Amino acid sequence: MLTAIGVMVAIAVVTGLVLGWSAIRFKVEGNPLAEKIDAILPQTQCGQCGFPGCKPYAEAIAKGEADINQCPPGGEEGVKKLAELLGVEPKPLDEAHGTPKPKSVAFIDENTCIGCTLCIQACPVDAISGAAKQMHTIIAAECTGCELCLPPCPVDCITMVPIAEDLPHWKWKHPVVMLKQVEEEHA
Amino acid sequence: MSRELFKFKGGVHPPGHKSESNSRPIHAAPLPKKLVIPLRQHIGNPAKPVVEVGERVKKGQLIGEADGYISCAVHASSSGTVTAIDMQTMPHASGLPDLCITIETDGRDEWIAHAPLDYRAMVPAELRMRLRDMGIAGLGGAVFPSAVKLDPGAAQACPTLIINGGECEPWITCDDVLMRHRADEILQGVTVMRHLLGSTEILVGIEDNKPEAVAAMQAAAAKMDFAVEVVAVPARYPGGGAKQMIETLTGKQVPSGKLSTDIGIQVFNVGTTYALARAVHHGEPLISRLVTVTGHVLRPQNFEVLIGTPMHTLITLAGDRDGTTGVLMGGPMMGVPMPDLEVPVVKATNCILVKSNELFPPLPRALPCIRCTRCADACPAELQPQELFRFAKAGDFGRAQEYHLFDCIECGCCSYVCPSHIPLVDYYRYAKGEIWAREKEKRAADLARERHEFRLFRLEREKKEKAEKLAAKAQAKRAELAADPSASGAPDADAKKALIAAALARAQAKKAEVAPKNVDHLTPEQQHSIEEIEARRAKIRELAHQPLESEEKP
Amino acid sequence: MPSPFILDRSSVTQVMAWVLAALLPGVLVYVWLFGPGILVTLSLATVTALAAEAAMLKARGYPAKPFLTDLSAIVTAWLLALSLPSLAPWWLIVTGTLFAIVVAKHLYGGLGQNIFNPAMVGYAVLIVSFPVQMTQWAGPLELTTAHLTLAQSASVIFGGDLPKTTLDAVTMATPLDALRTGLLQQHTVDEIMTQPIFGHYGGTGFEWLAAAFLLGGLVLWALRIISWHVPLAFLAGIWLTAGFLHFFDAGRFGAPWFHLFAPSVMLGAFFIATDPVSGATTPRGKLIFGLGAGFLTIAIRTWGGFPDGVAFAILLMNLCVPLIDQYTQPRIYGGASRTKEPPA
Repeated sequence: MLTAIGVMVAIAVVTGLVLGWSAIRFKVEGNPLAEKIDAILPQTQCGQCGFPGCKPYAEAIAKGEADINQCPPGGEEGVKKLAELLGVEPKPLDEAHGTPKPKSVAFIDENTCIGCTLCIQACPVDAISGAAKQMHTIIAAECTGCELCLPPCPVDCITMVPIAEDLPHWKWKHPVVMLKQVEEEHA
Repeated sequence: MSRELFKFKGGVHPPGHKSESNSRPIHAAPLPKKLVIPLRQHIGNPAKPVVEVGERVKKGQLIGEADGYISCAVHASSSGTVTAIDMQTMPHASGLPDLCITIETDGRDEWIAHAPLDYRAMVPAELRMRLRDMGIAGLGGAVFPSAVKLDPGAAQACPTLIINGGECEPWITCDDVLMRHRADEILQGVTVMRHLLGSTEILVGIEDNKPEAVAAMQAAAAKMDFAVEVVAVPARYPGGGAKQMIETLTGKQVPSGKLSTDIGIQVFNVGTTYALARAVHHGEPLISRLVTVTGHVLRPQNFEVLIGTPMHTLITLAGDRDGTTGVLMGGPMMGVPMPDLEVPVVKATNCILVKSNELFPPLPRALPCIRCTRCADACPAELQPQELFRFAKAGDFGRAQEYHLFDCIECGCCSYVCPSHIPLVDYYRYAKGEIWAREKEKRAADLARERHEFRLFRLEREKKEKAEKLAAKAQAKRAELAADPSASGAPDADAKKALIAAALARAQAKKAEVAPKNVDHLTPEQQHSIEEIEARRAKIRELAHQPLESEEKP
Repeated sequence: MPSPFILDRSSVTQVMAWVLAALLPGVLVYVWLFGPGILVTLSLATVTALAAEAAMLKARGYPAKPFLTDLSAIVTAWLLALSLPSLAPWWLIVTGTLFAIVVAKHLYGGLGQNIFNPAMVGYAVLIVSFPVQMTQWAGPLELTTAHLTLAQSASVIFGGDLPKTTLDAVTMATPLDALRTGLLQQHTVDEIMTQPIFGHYGGTGFEWLAAAFLLGGLVLWALRIISWHVPLAFLAGIWLTAGFLHFFDAGRFGAPWFHLFAPSVMLGAFFIATDPVSGATTPRGKLIFGLGAGFLTIAIRTWGGFPDGVAFAILLMNLCVPLIDQYTQPRIYGGASRTKEPPA
């Protein structure tokens, strides 16, 4: 009896020490889960999720403070990926945070722009160039389409232009297989 | 014919349908009224237009210059006037438009001054750039800029040069008739390639269903002052694929993800070789090519066609018939359906195949995959198409890549043999497109993340700097005031007031300095719109006076 | 529709039709040596299978025509019918077929989706649930005293209204049964083999049936409908395992030729283990699949609770298929072989 207790205690002590040591020895810097979540998020930095950027949202998800369905630019696919990473059931996007829109970039009507720099300050990725009293221009390649520059503009000179499909960006669609059509007919 | 041949795995034997079009002589297609010349005809960056609307151009004149190393120039195929530089429907499966230069021909077909190149006297790099500027690109189908392929790179030499006359796709015979009728010029092109690549072994691979072409090439090879081995290889689709031709002739396989030059072999299509001969020995840029017009037409044959000729003119020439169900560019295995018949012939157009229900019955309904692995037996890339299909269909693109999706050459053998009639290649093209799109998105997201993080860092830094500056300034001012005897004893509040007054004065002065520029010689309309905008601005300033005032001092 | 725009003439229907045609020599020999009862079983299984298939297609919202004409349900029915005792009662046949089509095929997603071979699932369910009825094998005609006509067979199958004595006169233990019973009674193999049910290689009559299935299988191979990998590996697995045991103790283990020439082995090797849907797909995988099934067949026959083990062996190997396929991916053109397994 005593021996058994002794053995158990000894095992507990040894494994405890090993665990404690490895916790210090193999301490992971930063928050790897938040980083993995951040890698899935589209980096639009639009704040539609209710957090000031993708990273804070990722950190909130990692801490369990936010749900996975608050990111409209990521779409259903983003939710699915997050669900897969976190081992939870995917759920439909929360409409309260907005709905997915076609990918667009902002465009400044340079005739109307007064050069107030408000949009420059609003842009989360510094994709607007210009200075006070000078025309502002969007660097289209760097615009994430977050729409954060729209509300501050005092003259409403910024519009969102959907990215049109052109030859270099065209891709083959999912094949339409006959079987599927038949299924639809029956449904 | 003592050469030992090797067998590549897989492949199929679709009916050849070569005899329909290969017996008629090459016929030059008449000059069309309008030529539409796309700037994106090759792999790599599209050419940049160097002509303007209304400009007169001569035949062979450069109208789009190569943009970068992997790019290729385009030329006017005949003389005339540039009438448009705009978006036109492309001969592409998407049916999307792309930038094209439209030339209205004047019927004179007037050449620019051109002369043969003394290629032996030229530095290889210079010669390659000349070839790029003459628009030479692979005419076998991939349209890769030939100049890039003619660079042996760090290896200094590419020991084996293979001239590909395989032409394994059913129906197409443009390479066949080219070899029959213009074998000598093809081999003149080989001379230049050999010179650039430093090749010691030259092989010409031709499928054995083209005995006339083999004979013609052998006769021409016998006249050369270096050894050219013309080899008849067993006809089996896709035996004319570069990788398959290499294996058949040498027994070597190009390592996955590498280039054939990594194993000392370079492959050129006979059409490319011919175009190169015309460029070097006659100074003619690539402005025409042979095109097979076959299928559901009255007189299937091969035409010498100017690049930019609308496809419907060729079908009319070959005799169009009722009951046409569509037109393909290329053969039935890898060809692409054309969105309409106004689209131009481009460098990649080897064949215009007119479909009818008799020749190409509609494909039967697809059934589920029964994993019979006939596709795997037929796959020349030795993949497991049934697994790739499963992953592509399920959207599991990661697994598809692990199973070597990108080694698929989209030859269509798997779809051809599938007893369930599944359009397998479609799924692979779809999966590849999705993977590319996702990679692009990922790169964009990474860029956005980096820029956002830098912005946060910048804001933080600016805040700190500003605070430090303010603190230092206040300190200095206070010290100054303390030193000034007239202000001694004055309360702190006065000092602050003085500071604000000074700042205001500075701001006023600055405001006065800012005068509008470029306002001389304005039209009344411009003046009017400026006034309008100014009025709007004034209103806005009123509305948002405070924030604007603060913004003016960055 | 993008390329390719032409197709080979093959189709699922064609593949299945050839499988059925290749079974015909076996059916003919069956009738010739064991009486016409099998025709009743085949017909009943076919009708049941087609009805079940049609009902399931309707329930799942799939079009009936392309799937009924693919003949896959009939192949399943025939394979099951040929595995069942030839005088099994009708409800046994119907139950087995229904289980095969409804559960093993359609509940897993229909054509191409089933993990297990449907016919073998049907067989396994029956032998586990109704072991007694699964022994009503008509004996070879040359050994039995009474012979049933087609009508008599039908009435046995549908009504079972044959006097016990007559039934005993037409049914016999199969050679594998006889061997198993004999061994359980502590007889040596040589003693058991003196019974008339044992022929030159396999059982009297049974060995010819096996040969007929072998012939049909060779036809399928010649037509490239099946590859040689699975049948050869399966037969090799049986021969090697049985031979190994027989070599060490010929008194307690049957000869390899005897094991090989049981009809179920030839049927299994060429028609069931080669089922593409539930089998391995890579060449090396097919060899592993066949060898494993062969080994398991002998193991079950020797140490298991049932006289024959082909069905269980194949079902067990069906389970391993995804694993086998994943680890036997062949080398691709210009590539090194896939040595590393993909991450989960």
